[in-house]
Amino acid sequence: MEQVLTNGVYLGAQYALIALGLTLIFALMNVLNFAHGQMYVLGGFVTYTVYGRFEMPFVVAILASAVTLAILGAFVEKFLFRPVLKNSEREESSMLLAAGLAFFLDAVILLLFGEKQRGVPKIIDGVMNWDFLIIMPYDRILIGVLAITFIVTFILFMQYSKPGRAMRALAQDKVAAQLMGVNVTRYSMLGFALGAMLAGIAGGLLVSIVGVNSGIGGPISIKAFMMVMIGGAGVISGAIAGGFILGMLESIGLTVLVAYGDMTYLLIFVSLMIFLSIRPQGLMGKPWG
Amino acid sequence: MSKASKLIYFFIFLVTILGIVPWLIEISGRWDYYYTLTSVALLSIASSGVWLTFYIGRINIGQGAYALAGGYVVAILVTKYDVSFWLSVPIAGLFCSFVSMLIGASILRLRGVYFAMITLVLTEVAKLTAMSLPITNGAKGISSIALPGELSIFGISIIPDFSTLANVKLAFYYVAVILMIFVFAGMYRLVNSRIGHLCRSLQQNEELASSIGVNITILRIIAYSISSFLGGIGGAIFISISQSVYPTTFQVADSINFMLNVFVGGMGYVFGPMIGTLFIYFGWDLLFTTGKYQLLIYSSIIIALILVLPNGLLSLRIFNKSNKREAK
Repeated sequence: MEQVLTNGVYLGAQYALIALGLTLIFALMNVLNFAHGQMYVLGGFVTYTVYGRFEMPFVVAILASAVTLAILGAFVEKFLFRPVLKNSEREESSMLLAAGLAFFLDAVILLLFGEKQRGVPKIIDGVMNWDFLIIMPYDRILIGVLAITFIVTFILFMQYSKPGRAMRALAQDKVAAQLMGVNVTRYSMLGFALGAMLAGIAGGLLVSIVGVNSGIGGPISIKAFMMVMIGGAGVISGAIAGGFILGMLESIGLTVLVAYGDMTYLLIFVSLMIFLSIRPQGLMGKPWG
Repeated sequence: MSKASKLIYFFIFLVTILGIVPWLIEISGRWDYYYTLTSVALLSIASSGVWLTFYIGRINIGQGAYALAGGYVVAILVTKYDVSFWLSVPIAGLFCSFVSMLIGASILRLRGVYFAMITLVLTEVAKLTAMSLPITNGAKGISSIALPGELSIFGISIIPDFSTLANVKLAFYYVAVILMIFVFAGMYRLVNSRIGHLCRSLQQNEELASSIGVNITILRIIAYSISSFLGGIGGAIFISISQSVYPTTFQVADSINFMLNVFVGGMGYVFGPMIGTLFIYFGWDLLFTTGKYQLLIYSSIIIALILVLPNGLLSLRIFNKSNKREAK
């Protein structure tokens, strides 16, 4: 049981990191970023290249992932989403753009990195064994702690820094924030860059554990959507809660229903649909996003 | 546009797809285009369902789920219970619309991205259900489904047994295209009927519509179940061409493609899904020659289209004269 819970917390920390980026982009721009999973994969491949191929320190690799994705996110916002959001009257357009972008990133990743499953050497060797109740490799612990550190840093940034406050204001009420002198264009771009960066960091962290391949972008996006739906779209605390809940459910489900395999996800999906029909806005979301 | 010129356009369209296209394929010898065009017709039927949910203001990314369900219903009925293909296709459609009523009753309360996300999840649910149920044969799927048999009323055969035909591809082409014509004619009628106008009021403002006495709950469910019906029959015929169905036959990427079909054609036009599917499916096929750059070029074109033509292909000036007033 302790083992299952620890796995759940570890998984949840990773998931929360992914969901945070998605929910941030959604809160600021009302855009459902279909390409989030692909951004995660790209982050993974950057870390793989820098750490696995060029053999630079892991920290440098994570930084490289973060910077690459932040730049990508900023460009995507400036040259793709901004004109579309400005010109189109229906909110569907931005969603379709995101879907197109997901295909595009998939193609780029496939061309640049090939279709093979890639892994990197372990960061630290050894396994922690606590009375045979909890057995966990040290590198997983490190990655889990790093993920939680990033989450805490992000929350502190959003809570106490000036850009963070501006972005929260934007998410609450765009017009009011604009009237108070918040530069909407700049902070939308910053928010998108930050969201993409979080996806990249998550990808970079997880490449050292599960590896990465070019096909997992779509499934990761779906998981991220589920977490956001559980917690409520556009709410930071909701994304974290959603991530940990999904991580815990998966960990418990895979242990209890080990004989059935796919049943775990089916049950999670079905219970999510029932949950949403009772509470459409998720745990902490505001109604109708 | 006057009634007479509408009829003329309709007639030209009929002659083109029923006469000229098969003739062109005949003289050029490109028999593989039959398969492509049949797929376009069937996928555009499913896409027109997605279009209808767009029409009531919901972003539907779950059509793959119903197409898959329809495919499995036909596969199971034909292989396990020996039901005629012609009977099992409408059963598949009705099954899908029944399921969608059950699901829709709760999820249609969601709006905007919430509805989009939950329908996306629905596609994944359908795939996982197909994987885990015993009757669907798991990941192995159901293969060697028999070709459609004879359809006869009072002993007179209307459609001959497909397995005795020399050219099965042509037969499927005619079935798909004729069905497509009926679906789009029906859709055109629906949109210009009272229900269609009510649907448009939902798209603009649900609260307002409900405040003047429109029963929005029922209307939403009707529209969604018609949409799923179309998804079901589209998927059902689609799988009988390849004679096999797997949990991965329709997946998330297909659901997204249905949505893209509608968008590329133009969300404001009834015939948008048809043009969009033709453009996207044919474009994808033609890009096959570019090898590994296929997806890159394809996605770049889609992004460019969204940037340049946010209202779809039918909003181009050349189409405007003939189609705009007709559809709107």
